Amino acid sequence: MRDLTDRALDTAASLGAGYADVRIVRRRDESISVKSGRLEGVASGETDGFGVRVLVDGAWGFASSHHLELAEADRVAALAVRIARASGTALRTRVQLDNRPPAHGRYETPLAEDPFAVPVETKIGHLIEADRAAGGVAGVTFTESTYGAQREEKTFAASDGSYVEQVITHLGAAVEANAIEGDEHQRRSYPDAGGGWRAAGYEYIRGLDLVGKAGQYAEEAVALLSAPQCPSGIATVVLDPSQLYLQVHESCGHPTELDRVYGTEASYAGTSFLTTDKLDAGFRYGSDLVTIVADATAPMGMGTFGWDDEGVEAQSVPLIRNGILAGYLTSRETAPRIGRSSGGAMRADGWNRIPLIRMTNINLLPVDGMSLDDIVADTDDGLYLATNRSWSIDDRRLNFQFATEVAYEIKRGVRGRLFKNPTYTGITYEFWRACDAVGDATSYVMLGTPNCGKGEPSQGAHVGHGVSGARFRNVQVGVGKW
Amino acid sequence: MVSGPAPKADSLPIAEDVLARALDAGATEAEVLVMADDLALTRFANSEIHQNVAETSVSVNLRFVLGRRIATISTGRSDDAGLADLVERAAAIARTCDELEDWAGLPGPDPTGPSTGHAAAYAAFATSTADATPELRAAGVRAVIAAADEQGVLAYGSFTTSREEVAVANSAGIRSHEQRTSAQLLTVHMSPNGGTGYAERAATDVTNIDPEGIGREAAARAKATDHPISVPAGDYPVVLEPYAVVDILDMLGYVGFSGLAVEEGRSFSEPGRRVGSDLVTIIDDGANTSGLPMAFDYEGVRKERVVLIENGVCRDVVYDAQTAARASRRSTGHGLPAPNPVGPFPLNMVMSHGSTPHDELISGIDRGLLVTRFHYTNPVHPKLAIITGMTRDGTFLIEGGKVVAPVRNLRFTQSYLDALAGVSAVGRDLRTLRGSFGAVVVPALRIDSWTFTGTTEH
Repeated sequence: MRDLTDRALDTAASLGAGYADVRIVRRRDESISVKSGRLEGVASGETDGFGVRVLVDGAWGFASSHHLELAEADRVAALAVRIARASGTALRTRVQLDNRPPAHGRYETPLAEDPFAVPVETKIGHLIEADRAAGGVAGVTFTESTYGAQREEKTFAASDGSYVEQVITHLGAAVEANAIEGDEHQRRSYPDAGGGWRAAGYEYIRGLDLVGKAGQYAEEAVALLSAPQCPSGIATVVLDPSQLYLQVHESCGHPTELDRVYGTEASYAGTSFLTTDKLDAGFRYGSDLVTIVADATAPMGMGTFGWDDEGVEAQSVPLIRNGILAGYLTSRETAPRIGRSSGGAMRADGWNRIPLIRMTNINLLPVDGMSLDDIVADTDDGLYLATNRSWSIDDRRLNFQFATEVAYEIKRGVRGRLFKNPTYTGITYEFWRACDAVGDATSYVMLGTPNCGKGEPSQGAHVGHGVSGARFRNVQVGVGKW
Repeated sequence: MVSGPAPKADSLPIAEDVLARALDAGATEAEVLVMADDLALTRFANSEIHQNVAETSVSVNLRFVLGRRIATISTGRSDDAGLADLVERAAAIARTCDELEDWAGLPGPDPTGPSTGHAAAYAAFATSTADATPELRAAGVRAVIAAADEQGVLAYGSFTTSREEVAVANSAGIRSHEQRTSAQLLTVHMSPNGGTGYAERAATDVTNIDPEGIGREAAARAKATDHPISVPAGDYPVVLEPYAVVDILDMLGYVGFSGLAVEEGRSFSEPGRRVGSDLVTIIDDGANTSGLPMAFDYEGVRKERVVLIENGVCRDVVYDAQTAARASRRSTGHGLPAPNPVGPFPLNMVMSHGSTPHDELISGIDRGLLVTRFHYTNPVHPKLAIITGMTRDGTFLIEGGKVVAPVRNLRFTQSYLDALAGVSAVGRDLRTLRGSFGAVVVPALRIDSWTFTGTTEH
């Protein structure tokens, strides 16, 4: 790898780049899908290539190729420089990077059982057994079960002498039961609706007990068909971790991306209400119970790594401390603008994309005092909402609306009957300020999503969210006409 | 050491080579899909270029069949060792798979002729786009920014040019090959007084995109939305600009226009079911040259013109080879790359235009809203096509048949089927845009009632 990274960096420098970095990425994917008890598909993919990012007179250029050859390193580095010079024709502020020590070292996702070494037929067998357990429940219309694994081997080198190697492994599995009657379509998913992804080895899949859990989730999908519609009005809601993680993702993770705050995602994903005048000004994001960190070192998190894709070492950055805005997700370019150093949140989706500010593991820290069960027991009248079904938030990350697969009525501290088609909506900071209970460490779990979208060309990211469940007051539920 | 052209992929010879290797390795059937891309994108924000990228990539996708055992393997390598490894891995995995009981086999060639040479294949490619340079894109961006500067607003957007070569070869005799190009320029202009305005164009030929005109359109809209007022949530008649109508087609395609959705009971679509007003006709047509044409799908099957909704009545949905066989139908040429849990998909939807001039769409409303664009929409209840999302980049109050004020954005929770039923006028002009899943050609619409369920601060 060294010869190719050296060649690209030397070529970029010789053509006028003041800074250059190169990433060589080899990505391997495997997926298995089972539908209604039968194997639907087994797929395996592999892609490798390299990308060269350059700064020429303060303007960015990037080019990439799948041809891992020295002559191609020359061509791609030269193209990146040419592109940077074209960028310079519409530039108002020269890019300046913060100083960080050159990065050196190696990181690998800790795991016990390599998922790519487990025989495919073993993995197929586990998935079919789980899927059939769900499909065996009377009233289930169809089932869908998935397994996926991804491994990235990355080499990063920069003109400041940085050189790091990383091997990052993620995987997930999930079972989904669907029940359809007339125009009603209900679904329950285990362990979550996002494929159950983690940074781990196959031991995590074995520990999910997909077969043991599938039946009870399938029964709930069928029961939802005859459940009453979720009531409309203002309610107390308790969010299960399987919903709370996406609430954190959409209404805390994205608004704290500093590139979004500065407008560089405005034309696509939008901007953020969280303007930098709110930093160090005591802006109250949530109640005192709300402390959120971006922790790229958290175990099993899909935002865990050794270094980000600018060579900044993994760290834990406070975003919200006891309800007050404390920081942002940053890069080497954006951090100096708020007088800080990069928090190491630059991540690229493979060799052919530039790094962007992305979430790492955005975790709502547990609060000692009440377990999630205690919170339910402490709730006189409310709804317990579990497993995300849909999500939407405005282009400044204020007005959100979520649907969950299921709501359980809470009466006098007891979780009771089901409601179907639950939805809730709110304004980000009003919602988090109305958080009056966060679960303790007993229900704290690392979840995440493998398909966080951002950027043009579109980039997907694997991000993590540690959450324990929480309660919110005065929430509008049952939105729309049903 | 110059930035010359990227190495060519020669996609059809690669497909045929891998097909021969797969059959030599014991495959009873095999399909090879090769996609070779050159994509470049210049992105701007705060009226300056801040990201500027180019990529050259190739993907070789092999569906290896042993009787009824199927494995799908892909690689980003096109060298001899990479292709040999691809076939070896595919054969190994296929041997371990369970049989797919209802495997219908790979599709055969179109009896009316090969996909290559189809009229759409020629309309899909423009040399001007394939040869677009970083300097051309930067010049386009400068024109957009200049239009923003004239109005004292800032520009945020992207200018993309891409060239894609697609080839499919399978053991049933399909040989399909096509070069496609596309260009897209979009911008959001933002004013210091809270106004935002959107404009976009997509085309096969980059010279059909007018950066200055796009810049002016967005700037005018941004100025017109300065100092927005609040209106309460509730039911309003609306005029949806084509940028918003795109989302209706995208979502209906996602939740209902697929043969797999019908098979699984997830779709609203039943032949003969009325879901829209008489004014609503939606087709999928890969040969439509005003869109971004495609001669064949990712299984190499020629794209048929499919009438999805005709005068408000559901007619048909789209199929790939497997869903078609299970429905005792012929593939309509709407397969996506295997493995494909999503099912077939309409990637070239067209909504028929009407006869109403744009100002008459608005003058037909006593009190309602003009919506430029939707943001972050998502199905709340797919079978009922209930969707939630936000308005953005140009929302206006209509009173007495005239636009009277810009308004802050609103959240909606609305059945898109009910929306189609409420279409009372269709604009006479069509616009080609990029949807979330493909190109769409759409008019503006007047809809008698739209349910807004929330507000926000901007």
